[in-house]
Amino acid sequence: MVTQAPERPVAAAAPPPPRRRRGLPALWPYLLVIPTVAGTAYLLFYPLIRSVIISFQHFRTGELIRGGAAFVGLENYHEALGSAEFWAVVRRTLVWTGVNVVLIMVISTLVALMVARLGKRLRLAVLAGLVLTWATPVLAATTIFQWLFQSKLGVVNWLLTTIGFSRFDGYTWFANGTATFAIMVLLVVWQSVPFAALTLYAGLTTIPQELFEAARIDGATGWQVFRDVTFPMLRPLFGLITSLEIIWVFKCFAQIWAISQGGPDGATTTLPVYAYQVAQSLHKYDLGSAISTLTVLILLVVLVPHLRRMYKHEGADK
Amino acid sequence: MIRRLPITLAALSVLVVSVFPVYWMVVTAFKPTRDIQADTPQFLPLHPTLDHFATAIGSEGFALFWRNSLLVSLGAVLLSLVVALLAAFAVARMRWRGRKAFILMVFIAQMAPWEALLIPMFIIARDTGMLDKLSMLTLIYFMSTLPFTIVTLRGFLAAIPEELEEAAQMDGASRSAAFRKVVLPLLAPGLMSTSLFGFITAWNEFAFANALIIKNQDDRTLPVWLSSFSNVFGTDWGATMAAATLFMLPVLLIFLILQRRVTSGIIAGAVKG
Repeated sequence: MVTQAPERPVAAAAPPPPRRRRGLPALWPYLLVIPTVAGTAYLLFYPLIRSVIISFQHFRTGELIRGGAAFVGLENYHEALGSAEFWAVVRRTLVWTGVNVVLIMVISTLVALMVARLGKRLRLAVLAGLVLTWATPVLAATTIFQWLFQSKLGVVNWLLTTIGFSRFDGYTWFANGTATFAIMVLLVVWQSVPFAALTLYAGLTTIPQELFEAARIDGATGWQVFRDVTFPMLRPLFGLITSLEIIWVFKCFAQIWAISQGGPDGATTTLPVYAYQVAQSLHKYDLGSAISTLTVLILLVVLVPHLRRMYKHEGADK
Repeated sequence: MIRRLPITLAALSVLVVSVFPVYWMVVTAFKPTRDIQADTPQFLPLHPTLDHFATAIGSEGFALFWRNSLLVSLGAVLLSLVVALLAAFAVARMRWRGRKAFILMVFIAQMAPWEALLIPMFIIARDTGMLDKLSMLTLIYFMSTLPFTIVTLRGFLAAIPEELEEAAQMDGASRSAAFRKVVLPLLAPGLMSTSLFGFITAWNEFAFANALIIKNQDDRTLPVWLSSFSNVFGTDWGATMAAATLFMLPVLLIFLILQRRVTSGIIAGAVKG
């Protein structure tokens, strides 16, 4: 689920100072958190545990209807890890994540730096444009992109044909694996850049102007200013946004499912799509659950070195 | 002037790339079909028409799916608001054993891998007779917005000085009256922005709505319906874009409201501070 939360007050974990409670029964706080605890237990932890349990069982259509699934140990994991298809999907997911995150970070950095240098009116216009893109619901965006890249009436094919690429006259983008993959990348980058660019721009405005002036007086080029002033100052923010984007792109499901359902010929099947296909189309709920669990583990493996580097740098600064 | 040219061009191209897709959706929705199918695309709606909106609204089930989406989103937001307010109050205003563990649980819940829950949720819904039920979706959306709502409301609550409540209580108000009359009005902007954010999350959700509403097509929500537009409208792109516009409209309105709220909140804070 998309949880690109807007900025929110930072919550510190320190308890409030001790205060007198006028005749307040000690039971009250527990009564107040019961609904939250019950909801989290039943709607989050129980499904999570259930998913892990199913991944160790034989759980197909029969078990779904009759119940009584038997434990089969690591069989599903053996099946997943032993199939060439699974590893092809893993590779594709890593490429998908890498391409998207690199594009998102580079473009949003450039956009943020650019916005900081614009005059007031143009800056407001660009910021408003970014907010509009950010506000576009995923399913509206997928529908729009299908229309933009429509083969006969799509405006993209018209544009490409007009500027001289006549082979795009009536080209069917969604029949070709690489083309569909490219459109999915375009869509996800288009949707993700606003959040990253707006946050980076907000970060940029907090850097004291004196630092830039001092660097310029020392004769630093634009690239040197970015490398030695801007980037070090914003390193924690860069780290945070990169991890959020990695998570978001890696587990991206709705865009892919709505446009191509993983096709054509599996060209856009990433791990979350694959897990869902295996479970819902092949009715192998056990294997699908195993792939889901592996997906979360792989995401952690991708994230951990990145998070460690982030914390090491933050530690070194102090 | 000439030195500014490259950056101005860059800014304009960013503007075009970010705005054009949405602009194209709206323009297509307002163009008559013969203009949509013209050999050279018409970038302005020269003959604006509401026909496509009429087709979209008149299509089978549209009102029903709007109602479903609205019910599910509002239900989830209200539930999450009430439950989160109770929890945020306990965390921000009370000291009790297990408080830290509770906060940790909320943070973990905030990072939950929801996409990995599609399969077990389907199985649990099936086992408990909740498949094809809007109430199941409401519960899932409630849970997916709850941690964020608790964390945000707790931040807002912590920013309201406890002395205000105590003063009201000194004046003879009960604790709950003090909360209702003093804290709640101050909390309004926080409640507003968290609930609007939660509403957008629920309104836009696709994966669970797609996985859990299978047989009873009347219980579908707008995103799922929109994803099957080619079954509904065929190649009628005008109607499809009108439907997408109508789907996006509430979200856009909320963004506008939120923007004003957030800015006015910042200004109010600066004046008072």
